Amino acid sequence: MDIIRKKYYWWNKWTGYALIILLFVATPLVTILFKLFASPGGSWSHIANNLLYGYFQNTLLLLLGVAALTFLLGVSTAWLVSNYEFPGRRYFEWLLILPLGFPGYIMAYTYVGILDYTGPIQTFFRNTFDISFKGSLIDIMNLPGAIFILSITLFPYVFLISRSSFLQQSKTMQEASFLLGANRTKTFFKIALPMARPAIVAGIALASMEVLNDYGTVKYFGVNTFTTGIFRAWFSMGDATTAIYLAAILMIFVFLILYLESLQRGNRQYSSVNGLNKPTARIEVSMQKKLLYSAICTIIFLISFLIPFLQLLKWVWLTHEKVVNQEFLTLIYRSFGLAAIAGVLIVIFSVILLYALRLSPFKWVKSITKVATLGYAIPGAVIAVGVMIPLLAFDKWVYDALLSARTAGLFLSGTLFALIFAYIVRFMAVGYNPVEAGFQKIGIHVNEASRLLGVRSTKTLWKIDLPLIKTTLFSGILLVFVDVLKELPLTLILRPFNYQTLATKAFDMATNEMIAESANAAVIIILTGIIPIIFLNQMIKKREL
Amino acid sequence: MLKNILKSTILGLVAVSLYACGGASDQEEVVNVYTHRHYEADQQLFDQFTEKTGIKVNVVSASADELIQKLELEGANSPADVLITVDAGRLHRAVEKDLVQAVESEILNTNIPSKFREPGNKWFGLTFRARILAYSKERVDPSELSTYEALTEENWKGRVLTRSSENIYNQSLLASIIANNGEAAAEEWAGNLLANMARTPKGSDRDQVKAVASGEGDVAIVNTYYIGIMLNDANEEERKAAEKIAIFFPNQDDRGTHINISGAAVTKYAPNKDNAVKLIEFLSEVEAQNFLASINFEYPVNPKAEYSDLLKEWGSFKADEINLSELGKRNKDAVIIFDRVGWK
Repeated sequence: MDIIRKKYYWWNKWTGYALIILLFVATPLVTILFKLFASPGGSWSHIANNLLYGYFQNTLLLLLGVAALTFLLGVSTAWLVSNYEFPGRRYFEWLLILPLGFPGYIMAYTYVGILDYTGPIQTFFRNTFDISFKGSLIDIMNLPGAIFILSITLFPYVFLISRSSFLQQSKTMQEASFLLGANRTKTFFKIALPMARPAIVAGIALASMEVLNDYGTVKYFGVNTFTTGIFRAWFSMGDATTAIYLAAILMIFVFLILYLESLQRGNRQYSSVNGLNKPTARIEVSMQKKLLYSAICTIIFLISFLIPFLQLLKWVWLTHEKVVNQEFLTLIYRSFGLAAIAGVLIVIFSVILLYALRLSPFKWVKSITKVATLGYAIPGAVIAVGVMIPLLAFDKWVYDALLSARTAGLFLSGTLFALIFAYIVRFMAVGYNPVEAGFQKIGIHVNEASRLLGVRSTKTLWKIDLPLIKTTLFSGILLVFVDVLKELPLTLILRPFNYQTLATKAFDMATNEMIAESANAAVIIILTGIIPIIFLNQMIKKREL
Repeated sequence: MLKNILKSTILGLVAVSLYACGGASDQEEVVNVYTHRHYEADQQLFDQFTEKTGIKVNVVSASADELIQKLELEGANSPADVLITVDAGRLHRAVEKDLVQAVESEILNTNIPSKFREPGNKWFGLTFRARILAYSKERVDPSELSTYEALTEENWKGRVLTRSSENIYNQSLLASIIANNGEAAAEEWAGNLLANMARTPKGSDRDQVKAVASGEGDVAIVNTYYIGIMLNDANEEERKAAEKIAIFFPNQDDRGTHINISGAAVTKYAPNKDNAVKLIEFLSEVEAQNFLASINFEYPVNPKAEYSDLLKEWGSFKADEINLSELGKRNKDAVIIFDRVGWK
């Protein structure tokens, strides 16, 4: 096959497109990295002496904790719903994705609300049995609590990706395993799990980057991580250079995660060569096991979604008259539109990047395209600054060169362009990773066959590659959609005047410590998130047939 | 095909940004506001201002730190006219970074007492909040309470609650202690108070009040208006929790209770400076001040404005008279002390 690849010169139009996109996406990142060459700010020695160790420790523990818990929750449920028949299975397939719509900080506020003094549980005990608890029922405002909150909102990443991997694993492999005398459990550990490993690790990597980016939850719980450190240096101490130093250390974490992820993938080919992907039939198990599996999924669903969601609904019931009005429709419409635009653009860009990579025999192309996904781990506020610096320079250039007069207002910055640009930088990884997994799954041979038959690269992409990875394309768009809907710090800084989204609305209320009022916007974020999730589930199921 | 998609995408983006620009090029009178105050009451006041003057108020709300960063990056081309923050420390930083300008206005000088103004009139307080002690009616006799400093004494061990040092209100409180007692005494205070805490500092001000109500601690250092919000919450349990505590104004026999302000400044390159001054003047008038005090339970800076019923009930108190720009100057020292003593 190398002969075919060598036929192509390293430069083709796809590499060209890819380079343009990379330039576009990398500009803010490079802008930030450039700041590293400035000497460290005055607060650096203070932070290094008093805080850095704690940041390291907390960030590492948080990462490991969330990785372990999302693995446990995501892979176990994915295996159950893709391999066994039990009551409610069809529903759990999409119910277990719903927590993804929950913004982490809303989940944190909600759980504190459920467990604290004025929450439903304590109120019930106090008013019915006159039993009072000292403090919160279970104290979750600490590191284990943060791990819990982040895991229950992030495990659907692992669930979603490993489930579609389990479903698409070749039937023949597993049947061979059974024929050789291995039972389901052994097959899981020896065949299914290793085969799904790239997908699972990709899911955990996504979750890990969300963890590194989280600010709302850790701040509320008083857990100091690198991200809180960046905010502290930048904003509390007004020391941008030190903040960028910390952001750079954070980026090393990201490189490490990405490196470990690619290392474990290695040179192994996990794609099936012939593309015969008949899924394994689900098996019937004893009644007891059925009930057990149902119970496991039910409990996870209750904790990760239904209970907190009901608490939010209760708050909505208490406060909706005050909050919900005409303005809300505008908010929904805007948030939805922004999220959809970002989702589609990111997936288009990912396809172009990955197709260039697919056609290229050169390793370095792969490392370069990875750069596009780095933005995911950088705190939104830092990206916002990285986006503003080049755009403002552009604006200034426009004014000086073209208008030769100072006009109030700005051309690109302060518009939706800046906001969408930032979303693309920030969420590229979310769309990129599923598309990448999709390309890997179908293998390169179909593409090469088409090219050998003389079909041009663009036509091959449209006729062969894209139809085969349709599901992953949609899941990419939808994952971005849900993420953008929840996004906060970027939107706060870069949105144009008078521009509210659901997330900023919820945040305004929450920062004012009006949690019950903020539930109105939160519920709509979650409900809008459900529509694409159901849709996404349909797509995965179609593939299954 | 793909090329076409790429083309139309780029065209679409350009169209979107031009559309967004289009809004700004209208010739109507506007004032552009960067604000950290995201209260419903503010939006209502802005609407009233537009009704009265015909000047449209455009708003971006975010945290003051981010808005200051944004102003700094935008420089001379910034569209912002007014910066509104919820504490003096951030206003001070805006002055330090040369992002705001002095304003000479008879109306502002009359409406706002000098202690609520920057000495060079570079910013103006709009409302103030007192950082008070919320104590358990059941377990604390108010005669036990006296000052912030007294909370570090042995008998308060395991009974004090407050939020993390990430919070600007605690930073300003410590800054006021540095200004009044000196840095060494302030560090000792922070360390000893930390040792007396009922739990590690975390959560919001409301969470501290609830922790007192539930018996986790006995006295919490919180801002007044959160208690006002709790007392008027839709949830009955929240109201009941707030009723279990009473408030105490500390340091009445010496410097007075620590207060902090929310305030406004006209940005250095304000393209609509006149409108910006008009807006701040409007917010300082008795009518707007009464409104802020009644809806948001903040104290009005205008001495002619009336306190809301709840504020009246809490009574008048002696406030720390220190000029609030002092707090801004010492904010960074305060943060460093918090980190040194390990107050998260």
